[in-house]
Amino acid sequence: MRKPLKLKNRIYIAASASVAGRDEAAGPLGGLFDVTDTEGNRFGEDTWEKAESAMQRMATDEALRRAGYRADEIDALFAGDLLDQCVGSNYAHSGSGIPYLGLYGACSTAAEGMILAALACEAGLGVCAAVTSSHFCTAERQFRFPLEYGGQRTPTSQWTVTGAGAFILSRERRGGGVLPRITEVMAGRIVDRGISDLSNMGAAMAPAAADTLLRYFGAGADPSDFDLIITGDLGREGTDILLDLCAASDLDIAPRHADCGLMIYDGCSDKHAGGSGCGCSAAVMAADVLVKVREGALKNVLFLGTGALMSPVTVNQGSTIPGIAHLVRIAGEEG
Amino acid sequence: MNADNKTYARYAEKRAKKSPVLQNCARAFTVGGIICCAGHALRVLWSAAGLSEDDSGMMASVTLILVAVLLTGFGKFDEIAKFAGAGTLVPITGFANAVASTAIEARSEGLVTGVGAKLFTVAGPVIVYGVSAGAIYGAVYFVLTKLF
Amino acid sequence: MEYLFAFVVGGAFCALAQILIDKTRLSPARILTAYVVAGVILGGVGLYGPLVGIAGGGASTPLTGFGYLIAEGTKKAVDSDGAVGILKGGITAAAGGITAALLLGMLASLVFRSKMK
Repeated sequence: MRKPLKLKNRIYIAASASVAGRDEAAGPLGGLFDVTDTEGNRFGEDTWEKAESAMQRMATDEALRRAGYRADEIDALFAGDLLDQCVGSNYAHSGSGIPYLGLYGACSTAAEGMILAALACEAGLGVCAAVTSSHFCTAERQFRFPLEYGGQRTPTSQWTVTGAGAFILSRERRGGGVLPRITEVMAGRIVDRGISDLSNMGAAMAPAAADTLLRYFGAGADPSDFDLIITGDLGREGTDILLDLCAASDLDIAPRHADCGLMIYDGCSDKHAGGSGCGCSAAVMAADVLVKVREGALKNVLFLGTGALMSPVTVNQGSTIPGIAHLVRIAGEEG
Repeated sequence: MNADNKTYARYAEKRAKKSPVLQNCARAFTVGGIICCAGHALRVLWSAAGLSEDDSGMMASVTLILVAVLLTGFGKFDEIAKFAGAGTLVPITGFANAVASTAIEARSEGLVTGVGAKLFTVAGPVIVYGVSAGAIYGAVYFVLTKLF
Repeated sequence: MEYLFAFVVGGAFCALAQILIDKTRLSPARILTAYVVAGVILGGVGLYGPLVGIAGGGASTPLTGFGYLIAEGTKKAVDSDGAVGILKGGITAAAGGITAALLLGMLASLVFRSKMK
């Protein structure tokens, strides 16, 4: 995938579903999520890790129900999250009976899953699922401090979204109306521009997003082909840098650009530079963007899943933070 | 790191929104000052209760630790710390919070491998380097006072 | 008056740490460690004792006071027991604080659960 890959087959996002936590449900997109826990984000479980798995399961079940497929009709499921060994996903789908492939792409996993599911459909599978999640409470423990630890966040830090999204991709078109189709995919390259500040992930990921966009638009497309160019979780800081980097290469995406991390919370000071995490782009795409494609309000969407690929160990060892951005082109197709 | 990356890292750092240092300092100073006054009052109280000077100092610390652990358990400490920053971190309360918050978080991994082991993740370095520095000082002091 | 000194000295220790956090990349754990070691050194060279005399709780409550306690304890133990005091004094002096933090932290984990922030 050195160049964007145009899919030969018609591959539809038959349905999508989203799950979100308390603060996300209270945000600007609050009314759009399919399942929410407005109490304490435990989703009926006794540990945060189980809660995250429950979110993935709920999102998957709801998406399957909407698409009209049973679990035993799914050929493969691609899932990932932020935890060590991807346990959020592993435990979510144990017992589902669906052939399972675990992924780690940090916050870019929603796009990575969509790309791989689309390629699997392109290769001949009938129905595939892509599912991702993140949970503030598990991510804090994984990457930062205990929840009750008293510390201050810097203005560039981002807030891990408690959310999950599931996408059912199929070769077959069921029902009329507008359906989102994945028409083109391109995997990102790992870009490390020397950022080592864990609380400035936007700056670490923005060059990767710029790299993917420049590669994509260098291959022929034009930003004006799109109603929306949406990045996963660059936040305030990363968004401004991305627009700077694109402008420096004479690529003007500003009028069409949006960032899931900036859409999910309102300007509340606690969230600082915006949302992040696998669940951020997954929940926003499932609850908002894809719904708008189905309604016909958006026709051509370029989705860039952005991710920061470090671990707490490498950061302690002084390594800088590599970023990545995967690209998925989505078009609404009338039935 | 190549020159290009250095330029980028500098650019990113320069444009990043800065923490409001003055405001943070004022808050840290005030809250930290108040906690230290409380620590002083506790010393006075414990010695009025009949403890020696050393013991009343210790019990003042223990009392602050108890309060910090309770606030941590009830989920209030981090809210105060969000405002106070180093004001709650630097007094003994920060040490107590580091121990208690890690212990509570690790409870789901069991009492031995969870609580027992992970309790030290943030507080361990303080003890290790405090005690080590003390021993090195002790050795120096021993050499200077007893051997010369 | 003694409370004013406690407030100003204690507050100054905290404000200095805040500057270090905001202006350098030092993490809170590194700040705490640095403060304890600084307390041992200042105690060892004899500067911290007088500060505790002036500011009381303002000097004993910050973690530097913890370091000072370790230095003082070590010094006393070396004076009374000789070389073995090097190994005994520090923890003995800090025992109350360490034991209380460990015990109460452990008990807290039995009673409380972490909450969504």
